[in-house]
Amino acid sequence: MFRFGVATMASRPIELILVRQLAAGLAVPTFVVDAEGVLVFVNEAAESLLGLRFDEVGEVPFAEWTTAFAPRTKGGHRANPATHPLALAIRERQPVHGPLRILGRDGIPRRLVVTALPLEGPRGQLLGGLAMFWQPSAQ
Amino acid sequence: MIVKLWGTRGSLASSGPDTVGYGGNTASVEVTGADGTILVLDAGTGIRRLGAAIDPAVERVDVLLTHLHMDHIQGLGFFAPFFRPAGEIHLWGPASATMDLRSRLTRYLSPPLFPVQIRDLEARVVLHDAPDQPTDIGGFEVVARHVIHPGPTVGYRISADGASLAYLPDHEPALATTHFPAESDWTSGFELASGVDLLIHDGQYTDDERRARVGWGHSSVTEAIAFAELARAQRLVLFHHDPSHTDAMLDELTAGARETAASIDIACGREGDRYELAAS
Repeated sequence: MFRFGVATMASRPIELILVRQLAAGLAVPTFVVDAEGVLVFVNEAAESLLGLRFDEVGEVPFAEWTTAFAPRTKGGHRANPATHPLALAIRERQPVHGPLRILGRDGIPRRLVVTALPLEGPRGQLLGGLAMFWQPSAQ
Repeated sequence: MIVKLWGTRGSLASSGPDTVGYGGNTASVEVTGADGTILVLDAGTGIRRLGAAIDPAVERVDVLLTHLHMDHIQGLGFFAPFFRPAGEIHLWGPASATMDLRSRLTRYLSPPLFPVQIRDLEARVVLHDAPDQPTDIGGFEVVARHVIHPGPTVGYRISADGASLAYLPDHEPALATTHFPAESDWTSGFELASGVDLLIHDGQYTDDERRARVGWGHSSVTEAIAFAELARAQRLVLFHHDPSHTDAMLDELTAGARETAASIDIACGREGDRYELAAS
């Protein structure tokens, strides 16, 4: 008998599919990760911000994307990947908002503000998360 | 398994001289297994005749609801097996994030919308959330997945003896991508339909109608074909016909569909049509 659920047939949860499409239409730079923390989508605005094209890099494991942009703490030290706002949002299942300093692939350091949200399905299951990046206000 | 269509219309029952060929009853499909297991997919107005045709000696029937829009549940109160004291009806359907299936169904099966309540039914009624893991129902393996349509909505994949059926009567996969069809793993419903012998899929609109109704939860015939080709379904049955589509229009749409998609066997769902699926 045919068995359902073999890896070659798997498709993403519908909520994640819709979030990706939403992110694709937003002007706010946005990351989408799955429940394992794999970066599964970067929208065009985030591509500009980070100096990369998602089509070229494809999906990126957690350990790579959390270190790829040399995130720094407020004091300028290399940040622990586990404290990245999106990693925290997924682990704690809470929204996280805070500052982030990164080095884009173009070599330009940037100060940002991140809002990260966990995504939970209808039965409360973790589906992934999204992070939106904002330019800090001048104040 | 044997698949029989008892209602193929979408949105609103539409009887009349212009629709008598394909039928005006809303969604209801009977699936019968080699061991006699009976599944009923959706409870639109087509379920009335379906229920009357079920042998009263049958003790158990499983009704699988894709969602609770009126055209998919309106026939529930007219399903004869509900009124057979020795019977056992298992109702499966999607819960919402805050309400279970019973609470959601009770909104319809209670006054003032309907005089009979679930507790008044004579058969034993058992409610289940739609199974997100493969679940055996008699000789069938059934699995549900949420798909794109307004409100909690699932599609079903049903397998038995090497044959498979996917049922996605209300589905707008193109809503989730700028270019449809997109990658298979980012396509709503792909997992359910991948490689099935028979795909019953929403084909409510013409291309022009679809452009005017983006976000309403339905597909055009063109999108139904694209989805079926992506999933490599063996056969596509166009379903959930728009209430305004006459028999002549459906004939024309189907002829056009067959011209553009020679690689797939396409039929236009018609009340009374019957498909026998065996291991391929």
